Amino acid sequence: MRKLWASAYKEFLLLTRDVGGIAILFIMPLVLIVTITLIQDSSFKTIENIDIPILVVDNDQGDVSKTILDGLKESDAFEIHSKTSEDEAKDLVFKGKYQMAIVIPKELSEELQAQVDQNVEGIMAKFSMDSDSTDTTPKKQIEIKEVRLYFDPATQITFKTSVKNGIDKMISKIETESIYKAFQEQISDDPEEVIFDTKSLISFKEVLPEKDEKEMIPNSVQHNVPAWSLFAIFFIIVPLSINLVKEKNQGTFVRLRTNPVSYATVLGGKTLVYLLVCLIQFMLMLMIGVFLFPKIGLPTLDVSGRLPLLFVVALFAGLGAIGLGLLLGTIAKTQEQSAPFGATFVVILAALGGVWVPVFVMPKFMQTLSHISPMNWGLNAFYDVFLRNASFLDILPEIFTLLIFFLVTTLIAIVYNERKNAV
Amino acid sequence: MIQIDQVSKKYKDADYYSVSNLSLHVNEKEIFGLLGPNGAGKTTLISILCSLIKPTSGTFKIDGLDYQHDKNRLKQLIGIVPQEYALYPALTAFENLQYFGSMYGLKGKDLSNKINVALERLGLLPFAHKKIRTFSGGMKRRVNLIASILHHPKVLFLDEPTVGVDVQSKNAIIQFLQELNQNGTTIIYTSHHLNEAENFCTEVAIIDHGKIIIQGKPKDLISNHEGTHNLEDVFLSLTGKALRDHA
Repeated sequence: MRKLWASAYKEFLLLTRDVGGIAILFIMPLVLIVTITLIQDSSFKTIENIDIPILVVDNDQGDVSKTILDGLKESDAFEIHSKTSEDEAKDLVFKGKYQMAIVIPKELSEELQAQVDQNVEGIMAKFSMDSDSTDTTPKKQIEIKEVRLYFDPATQITFKTSVKNGIDKMISKIETESIYKAFQEQISDDPEEVIFDTKSLISFKEVLPEKDEKEMIPNSVQHNVPAWSLFAIFFIIVPLSINLVKEKNQGTFVRLRTNPVSYATVLGGKTLVYLLVCLIQFMLMLMIGVFLFPKIGLPTLDVSGRLPLLFVVALFAGLGAIGLGLLLGTIAKTQEQSAPFGATFVVILAALGGVWVPVFVMPKFMQTLSHISPMNWGLNAFYDVFLRNASFLDILPEIFTLLIFFLVTTLIAIVYNERKNAV
Repeated sequence: MIQIDQVSKKYKDADYYSVSNLSLHVNEKEIFGLLGPNGAGKTTLISILCSLIKPTSGTFKIDGLDYQHDKNRLKQLIGIVPQEYALYPALTAFENLQYFGSMYGLKGKDLSNKINVALERLGLLPFAHKKIRTFSGGMKRRVNLIASILHHPKVLFLDEPTVGVDVQSKNAIIQFLQELNQNGTTIIYTSHHLNEAENFCTEVAIIDHGKIIIQGKPKDLISNHEGTHNLEDVFLSLTGKALRDHA
């Protein structure tokens, strides 16, 4: 035990002597989390709150186009600019000057009304409720109208989908209202009489998890802080593996191998100190979320009542990262091997683990692969605590898997070291 | 003190044996010099005796302890001064020694006293709390030596302990080693400084191609070889003048 503490103390001294290194260890994750959360939050606002300049070519000039334009204005998401030529609008959008152009076709209102009237009259005739039910005049051929949308090729798919859905909904609403209006006109002579209740029969209500009888409303911060904290925790792989390679290159490992101390004890000392680093990193990142974010216009990170569980997850995620770092540092011969590999591997694990793209939107094969990423286990545990109001028992499977991962990777490192040195 | 029986070592993918059927006996309190040209097998033999590498065949015992069965007790018994500075540059001399001393189970005031005595003896006490990275080569060599003797090993292995140091540091190291020897430590030492070995060692063995080609007291070896005036003459007459370059 004394040898373990001595090893940990030595690691602590080595770490604290490298002021630049320690600054990078603690400051870079904070810079990362602030940058990413600001970007993620603003991209969220891109759709929600920011006025996006768009072009509208209104060839209809009727009720339908007026309703579409009013809908776009009401959404507060767009800054609408009118154009008269579709070609000009298309050109401007494809050059990236505007994010989108909407081209409303000629006579859309007229044609829509004609179509609706014709259909309603047809229905009324079937039920013999109309005096002209015997009317045999041929039906007008109505041309299908196309509302054209042009998007800047650099526009994200999520934005396109969101806009398309919005316009589709607007047009459906216009159609429905036109049908109701046509029926109203057919059935009653009094335009003021309310025959149909046009309110939607079905509505949606998102039911959120509750904590202390309060709804837990997730925001970009609640999503980003755990994800990117985990990413930063796993970056400990890089300095830890470099530390091990340095020991080999400066000859201290050779001396330690002649000393009556096991490799496990040496690794144990490193584990204790680097785990402490992970926990301090995590604490700083939480503090940024709680104290700094509200000051820079981001939502506050809500950690109330969750701190103990959050630190439990951070502890086991740190162990997982350290296990990987110990293994990489044991296998790598040079810093040129360990540093780039470590950094790239963390990025791959993050991608697989769902830090960037949620796992459920990944292809099936990648979803299966994501289950072998320790970052996925850590991220799930963090989301359980942050967003799903989970208890210790709920996160037990994830933290147990992280612990097993640490034990297995460390054991492989010890066995590899024994075998490699048994020359 | 050390009994080596038919020890051989062939590295993986090597075409030849680095140590070949080597048998050797070293008495207690001896200062034993392992001499030989580059690639003769000196460092390999010392690495085997320090349990850094396993012999391909053969056995050895140190103070009656077998390397295969008593590895941990054996490690407690020996000290090794490696050829490279096996120290942490960012730590002070005292912190390095405290750490390596604690690996032998030393602790507290006893450890601090031992460190201070050794540092003083080798003229390093004023620099005890300076970082190793600021030390000269000779100072690092002396700290490297102290790190290996804090636990008073029965056997001390030194792989070229005076390479690249100035005359003063070399002198201090040799005197310190002689004191250790007088206090009961058996010393096994490799060097290319044959004059130093001639004066320092009580017994030497010249190794070439993994085999001992001669063993004895330096004076006896010189007197038994006609036309030789010192150990270097004996060495050259036995190993030849051809260059021993390895890549």
